[in-house]
Amino acid sequence: MTNNHGSKRLVVGAHYGLRDWLSQRVTALLMALFTLVVLLQLLLPGELGYDRWAGIFAPQWMKVLTFVVILSLGYHAWVGVRDILMDYIKPVGARLLLQVLAIAWLAGCTGWAVQVLWRL
Amino acid sequence: MAQTAKTRPGTMRLFDALQYRLPLAGLVSLLHRVSGAVLFVLLPFAIWMFDTSVTSEISFGSFASAFVAGLGFVPPWAVKLAALALIWAYLQHFIAGLRHLWMDATHSVSNDFGRQSALFTLSSSALLTALLGAKLFGLY
Repeated sequence: MTNNHGSKRLVVGAHYGLRDWLSQRVTALLMALFTLVVLLQLLLPGELGYDRWAGIFAPQWMKVLTFVVILSLGYHAWVGVRDILMDYIKPVGARLLLQVLAIAWLAGCTGWAVQVLWRL
Repeated sequence: MAQTAKTRPGTMRLFDALQYRLPLAGLVSLLHRVSGAVLFVLLPFAIWMFDTSVTSEISFGSFASAFVAGLGFVPPWAVKLAALALIWAYLQHFIAGLRHLWMDATHSVSNDFGRQSALFTLSSSALLTALLGAKLFGLY
């Protein structure tokens, strides 16, 4: 049986970190797609005022895409921030505190962004 | 072995890390983290911009005026500077991210490709940031 806890846990092996690695790439692709969709519509000719800007987020498919991107951003940022904290913050207590704060920060931001999207 | 253990330099400090030559690909890797952290910190500002710009015509007005008259006690140049930081971090992170995805998909892991693509990433994000920044600060 693989030992996956305690000081003698197995720290290498197949699939270790694969889920985080892959989810960061999948969420990145979704956000890149969203960026291109918004960018292409912004580059269309014509004056760019409130109507055209809000119109980009009016169709149902765009709302769904934006919702998916908001959730993707939260997860993507969590994997990245966790990597940074694991690399640079060595004291366990300080790292745990910062990880908790990062989760709270991202959860709050995700909720706010969804709330904005919801009332459009 | 015992000799090696004795002469080990110990934990690397920031000062030691700065003694190493940093290749362009390494710089892009470092900036990927820096830009990601900047985006993480500026997330509320980005959501505030999304909120005020799309919610209504009135909120769009307050969004636009933040860049002219400032936002509360924050002067307009500081709002523009935050927007510029967001623009640079997004472009740098986006282009470096595409580079990552490209290398993952095509297994382009040669030294030469790493250098060339790093140079492209740095220069294209700097150029686009300069263009958009000049527009933001009303230079054209």
